[in-house]
Amino acid sequence: MSTSWVIRGARPLGGKAADLYVEDGALVDEAPVGAQVLDADGLVALPGLVDLHTHLREPGREDAETVETGTLAAALGGFTAVHAMANTEPVADVAGVVEQVWRLGIEAGHCDVHPVGAVTVGLAGEQLAELGAMADSAARVRVFSDDGRCVHDPLLMRRALEYVKAFDGVVAQHAQDPRLTEGAQMNEGPQSGRLGLAGWPAVAEEAVIARDCLLAAHVGSRVHFCHVSTAGSVEIVRWAKRKGWNVTAEVTPHHLLLTDDVVSSYDPVFKVNPPLRGSEDVEALREALADGTIDAVATDHAPHALEDKETEWAAAAFGMTGLETALSVVAAAMVETGRLDWSGVADRMSVRPARIGRLTAQGQPLLPGAPANLVLVDPAARVVVDPSTSASRSRNNPYAGRELPARVVATFLRGRPTVLDGKPA
Amino acid sequence: MTHPQTALPQHLLSAADLTRDAALLVLDTAEELARVADRPIKKLPTLRGRTVVNLFFEDSTRTRTSFEVAAKRLSADVINFSAKGSSVSKGESLKDTALTLEAMGADAVVCRHGASGAPHRLANWIRGSVVNAGDGTHEHPTQALLDAYTMRSRLGRIEALRVAIVGDVLHSRVARSNVLLLSTLGAEVTVVAPPTLLPVGVEHWPCAVSYDLDGVLPKSDVVMMLRVQRERMYGGFFPTTREYSRRYGLDARRMATLPDDAIVMHPGPMNRGVEIAAEVADSVRSTIVEQVANGVSVRMAVLYLLLGGGLVEATEVAA
Ligand SMILES: [Zn+2]
Repeated sequence: MSTSWVIRGARPLGGKAADLYVEDGALVDEAPVGAQVLDADGLVALPGLVDLHTHLREPGREDAETVETGTLAAALGGFTAVHAMANTEPVADVAGVVEQVWRLGIEAGHCDVHPVGAVTVGLAGEQLAELGAMADSAARVRVFSDDGRCVHDPLLMRRALEYVKAFDGVVAQHAQDPRLTEGAQMNEGPQSGRLGLAGWPAVAEEAVIARDCLLAAHVGSRVHFCHVSTAGSVEIVRWAKRKGWNVTAEVTPHHLLLTDDVVSSYDPVFKVNPPLRGSEDVEALREALADGTIDAVATDHAPHALEDKETEWAAAAFGMTGLETALSVVAAAMVETGRLDWSGVADRMSVRPARIGRLTAQGQPLLPGAPANLVLVDPAARVVVDPSTSASRSRNNPYAGRELPARVVATFLRGRPTVLDGKPA
Repeated sequence: MTHPQTALPQHLLSAADLTRDAALLVLDTAEELARVADRPIKKLPTLRGRTVVNLFFEDSTRTRTSFEVAAKRLSADVINFSAKGSSVSKGESLKDTALTLEAMGADAVVCRHGASGAPHRLANWIRGSVVNAGDGTHEHPTQALLDAYTMRSRLGRIEALRVAIVGDVLHSRVARSNVLLLSTLGAEVTVVAPPTLLPVGVEHWPCAVSYDLDGVLPKSDVVMMLRVQRERMYGGFFPTTREYSRRYGLDARRMATLPDDAIVMHPGPMNRGVEIAAEVADSVRSTIVEQVANGVSVRMAVLYLLLGGGLVEATEVAA
């Protein structure tokens, strides 16, 4: 396929229509000779999306997802880079595993794969993994997380926060007090009481976030919070940022759109960790994403095999897919409600997550000289979500049957289309 | 019978599925059917050719037997599908089990499961009626129906009865179903428990809440004692069973503070000496034995109404 493109009439960041020129993997300032022309009339151009939180399941659970299928789903969702979480089998806690995942990403070629390294050996929360070796590996790991588990030991968390300063890393905390959430099945509130499902109280997240803000301030490190889900967490992050502390936070698309009301069906497609919360939480999360208290949208794309979801609620795995629907959900929750314009979406889904992950070639302005990582979105389209057409190997999509706004038409990774006309290129 | 327009929903998953009229229809039907039990031949031909599956993922001989007797008295074919020793315990999924039952042509599946909501899932996968016979810490609607039936037969009414439900409300499916059903039927319910054993959000339930058993008893027509598992003390819900029974157990001294006609109920199995003293369980106020007998009539009524659809004809009962 041609390596040079004229993208005609796209609206960068939703602004005035302009032609974009792509040559040799970068944006250039005049139309390359012999370029292929893509008519982008009416489409919004954004820098390629960057996901800080993706479960690609490989190695270990290739029945649920592989790097190949997960990154194809990512490209179809408009992503040009994803951070692959470390809770694989084996755990990505040594250089060998992160390099394997990184190489699989290059082979697949759908989007950049940046492996996240585990903070502790085997995610066991007892001993630091070889963070430096992962940072120095070919995968150049900068984000470290025991996601799925909380780095709960305060001393270990302090050490991790300090240690990663040597290579400008960041610890991405899955904030969940384990004792307060033993056996927890859903948000603790009126709904859990009615449904007889063990509650996951907001305080179990907020207490850890508060502690880690204080720890990060104390040792002068940066800390990132995964999938912030409560109004209280937002308040604490807002407070820490006001203090000037180096704190960042992400929110998932599903926490921006869904509430725990849907759990009354007992359909485990809605079972996720942290759980879906109340409408006041959704409101606070939207507000925080709009005002920048929450820096980024991250999918927490968590594919699961059918047999892990087609069960009774308590036996089902936590998690939902999200790569292909993320942009549409953000459009529904944030753009249609007038809380973010497309430039705001670009900031929260590309610029800031790239900065948090220290990805210098992603999240760049759509200007000549920048790497041609970009996505073209039809903002007027409306699509009914059909999980059976997903590129993901899993079908645990909570939006099945829902009509959502906006559609990814094309994705370019370093000038090469990975998606054209909404299909794999 | 006075409920010609009333029908039950397809499934009985929650006490909240029952309108006031539907609940009264069940109780009235149970009353009619109870007369059958007084005859030498206790069987009715009503559900001949219908298949009722007892699908029990948790051991409960009492509840299973109650449903089995109820179904057999209506001449249904009964299949007991116990999770113990079957493929279920070898990792067969709830869905596979459902598909098996569907292939057997089950008209009703009576489901007991340790996970809240399991009968709801089952109802998505089979065409027959699902009766929730207790799911996790969620609900146990036929228990609530038999409790209401027992109250009505002892005290003559349910409307405006003052009912105290005492104990581990947090983990109790009996409490959830009873609060919902009794409030539908116009009773004034108070749940009484230490704060650790009340769910978050209980203030939104259609009942009053108290931590003080001694304050509630003199104003109660019915006291329903819930089973308290000793293991709860290891979860920090209360310090010791001794302290629990001192503060929330029903002994003879406390029973004496009840109004004269008040009754004492317990869904069983009891922990004598923990939530209920032996002399209370065996006293004349106690309805515990009746509750068991009423369970059969109420479950007959539920199966009859779910599967038969219509009213019990007086002639049929009399035949
Ligand atoms: Zn997580």
